[in-house]
Amino acid sequence: MSGDTFFFYAFSALALLGGLGTVLLRNAVHCALALMTSLLGVAGLYLLQGAEFLFAVQIVLYIGGIMVLFLFVIMLVNLDQASKLQQFGRQTPIALVVALAAVAAIFSMLSKSAVLLPASVSLTPLTGGNTETVANVLFTDYLLPFELVSILLLVAVVGSVMMAGKRTE
Amino acid sequence: MEFIIITLVKTGLVAFILLTTLAYLQWVERKVIAHVQARVGPYRVGPHGLLQPLADVVKLMTKEDLIPDHVNKVFYVLAPFLAVFLALLSISVIPFGPAVEIFGIKTNLGLADINIGILLILAVSSLGVYGIALAGWASNNKYSLMGGLRSAAQMVSYELPMALAIAAPLILSNSLNLREIVDTQAGNWYGIPNWNIFTGGQIFGFFLFMIAAFAETNRIPFDLPEAENELVAGFHVEYSSMKFAGFFMAEYANMITVCSVATVLFLGGWHSPIPSQAGSGVFAALVHFAAAGMLFFHAMHAARPFDKITFPVFGVVISGIGAIFLAGAFVWPALGAAINGLFWYGAKTFILLFVFIWIRATLPRFRYDQLMRFAWLFMFPAALLNMLITAFFVALKG
Amino acid sequence: MPQGYLPIFLFLIIAMAFPVIAILTAKLVRPSSPSKLKLEAYECGIEAVGNSRGRYAVRFYIISILFVIFDVETVFLFPWAVRFHQLGWFGVIEIAVFLAILIVGYVWVYKKGALEWV
Repeated sequence: MSGDTFFFYAFSALALLGGLGTVLLRNAVHCALALMTSLLGVAGLYLLQGAEFLFAVQIVLYIGGIMVLFLFVIMLVNLDQASKLQQFGRQTPIALVVALAAVAAIFSMLSKSAVLLPASVSLTPLTGGNTETVANVLFTDYLLPFELVSILLLVAVVGSVMMAGKRTE
Repeated sequence: MEFIIITLVKTGLVAFILLTTLAYLQWVERKVIAHVQARVGPYRVGPHGLLQPLADVVKLMTKEDLIPDHVNKVFYVLAPFLAVFLALLSISVIPFGPAVEIFGIKTNLGLADINIGILLILAVSSLGVYGIALAGWASNNKYSLMGGLRSAAQMVSYELPMALAIAAPLILSNSLNLREIVDTQAGNWYGIPNWNIFTGGQIFGFFLFMIAAFAETNRIPFDLPEAENELVAGFHVEYSSMKFAGFFMAEYANMITVCSVATVLFLGGWHSPIPSQAGSGVFAALVHFAAAGMLFFHAMHAARPFDKITFPVFGVVISGIGAIFLAGAFVWPALGAAINGLFWYGAKTFILLFVFIWIRATLPRFRYDQLMRFAWLFMFPAALLNMLITAFFVALKG
Repeated sequence: MPQGYLPIFLFLIIAMAFPVIAILTAKLVRPSSPSKLKLEAYECGIEAVGNSRGRYAVRFYIISILFVIFDVETVFLFPWAVRFHQLGWFGVIEIAVFLAILIVGYVWVYKKGALEWV
C-alpha cells in the first residue's frame, strides 16, 4: 500500500468516525470534539488532493473559528440539564425518511458518476502553487462572487449582532 | 532513502534542541527578571543555577498528580496534551538557515519546506485555543472556567490583527512559503538590510504583530487567563505535576514560535545585516570571544570558589565556538554559510524572546475590558490600515 | 500528498509522543495518596457552592461570532497577497471594495456598541 493510499484511508476513517461520534455521543462537548475530528479528517483529504490552501483554510476557519464558537455556546449552557433532556423526540420517523431519501439521492448521483465525470477528465493533483491557482481564478474569473461574499459577510455581521444584542441599547 | 535518513536526523536534532531551549528559556527568564529586580535569581543548583531546569523537571515529575473528583476526566487529561503537542508542532515549518551543502549532503536548514508554511502556522495557532478552553471547562472550577473563557475570547480577538499584520509582509514577498519569504529579504539597499521591517516599511506592522503575539501566548501584559490575583491561576488551577508543566511548556514553545515567525516575516530570517559572509562570520566570532572574555574576567574574582573552575571551562567552550565561526569565515565557506545563518536566526529570535521577558518584568496587567477594547478598536483597524497602505505603496512602486 | 509534508508528520509523532512519555514516566516515580480534601474544587479554602457551569455573559458569544466573520475576510487576503504583483492596481481596487463593504459593517457594529466590553 502506498503512502497516499494509507493516508487516504486514515483520513477517511477519521472523518467518518468523527461524524458518527457527532451524532451518537450524548455529551455536547464530546459531540463538538467529534465534529472537530471529522473536519480534521476532511482537511487531510484536501491535503491529499494537493489542495493545500483549502486544507489550511479548513483548519483556520472551521476548526479554529466555527468550532470555537460552538464550544462557547455549549460551555455557556448548563450541560447537566441539557443531557437529561430527550434529544430525539417525535421527529425520529420523519428524520428516518429524510435520511433514507438523502442516501438514495446520493447513491443515484454516484451511479451516474460515470456520466458526470467523463473518463477524459484528469484528476491528477496540481504540483505546487495551489494558492496561486486559487488566487488566479478567484480574483479574475470569479470577481463578482468574491465581492458578493463581502455583502454576505456584512449581512452576517448585522444579523448576529442584532440577534445577540437587544441589551446594548 | 537518503532524504528519509536526513529528515530523521534533522527531526531528532530539532526536537532535542527545541526541548533543551524550552527548559533553559525558563532559566533565562528567571535570571533576567531577577536582575531587573536587583536579585540574583536561581543560584544554588549548579554554577549560577544552570542546573535549575533539571531540578525543576525532577521536582515536577515527583509531585503528586491529583485528578480532582469533579472534573471531566477525558478532557482534563487531554487538554495539557493538546496544548503541548500543538505548541511544539509549529516549529517544524520554520526555516532556520539557508540551503547548505556539507560533506556532500545538500539540505535545507529547517524541517519542512511547504508552500503554505505561514498558513499552517496560523492554523496550528488557531487550534491552540482548544488546550486552554478545554482545560478551563473540564476542570469544573469557577476560576478555571472564567480563565478558559477569557483566554478563548482573547486569543480569537487577537488572532485577527495577527493575521492582518502577517498579510502585509506577504504583499511584499508574494509567497506563503517561509523560505521564499526569507529569500526575498536578502541583500541590502544602500547599506540598510533589505528586511521587511526596514526597506519594506513594516515597522508598524512588526509592532502590531508583536503585540498580538503577546496576547496569543498569554504573556504579561495580556495574561488575563491566569491572572493570579483574581483567578488564582485561571485555567490551570486544578492542574498539578506534569500536567501543569505541560501548560508551562506550551507557553514557552509558543513564545519561541511567534518570535521565529516575527524573525522570518519582518527581520530577514537568517540573513545577516553585515553584507559580506566573512564579515558576518567575524562578527559572530567576536560576540563569542567577548562572552568568553567576560567569563575569564569574572573567574578572576569569583564569588564562590566553585566558579573559579566552571567559568574558565565555559569560557574555553565558548571561545571554541567562536573559533569555529572564524574557520567558517576564512577556511570553510560552506560551513560558514550554515553556521552564520543559524547564528543570525538564533540571535534575532533570542533578542525577541528577551523582549518578551523584559516586558514581563516591566509592565502591569491589562484589565479585561481594556484588553478587548484594545483588540477590536485599535489593533484590528490599525492592522487593516497598515495592510492597505502597504498594498498602496507596493502597487505605486509597480 | 504534496511534497514536503513528511517531516511535519514525523515531527507530529514526536510532538505527540513527548507529553505522553513525560506523563507516563512521572507516573512511575511520583507518590499518589489522594484524600477527600485534596480532590475538592480549589476555591481558596472556602467550600465550593453550586456548579461552576452557570450562565456567562453573552459578550463572549458576540466576540466569537464576529471573529468567525472577520476571519473569513482575512483568509481571502492571503491568496490576494500572494498574487499581488500580477493583479497590480486592479487587485488594490478589488480588495478596497471588498474591505470597504466590511468596514461599513465594522463601523455599524461599533456604533451599536457591541465592541465595548462594559
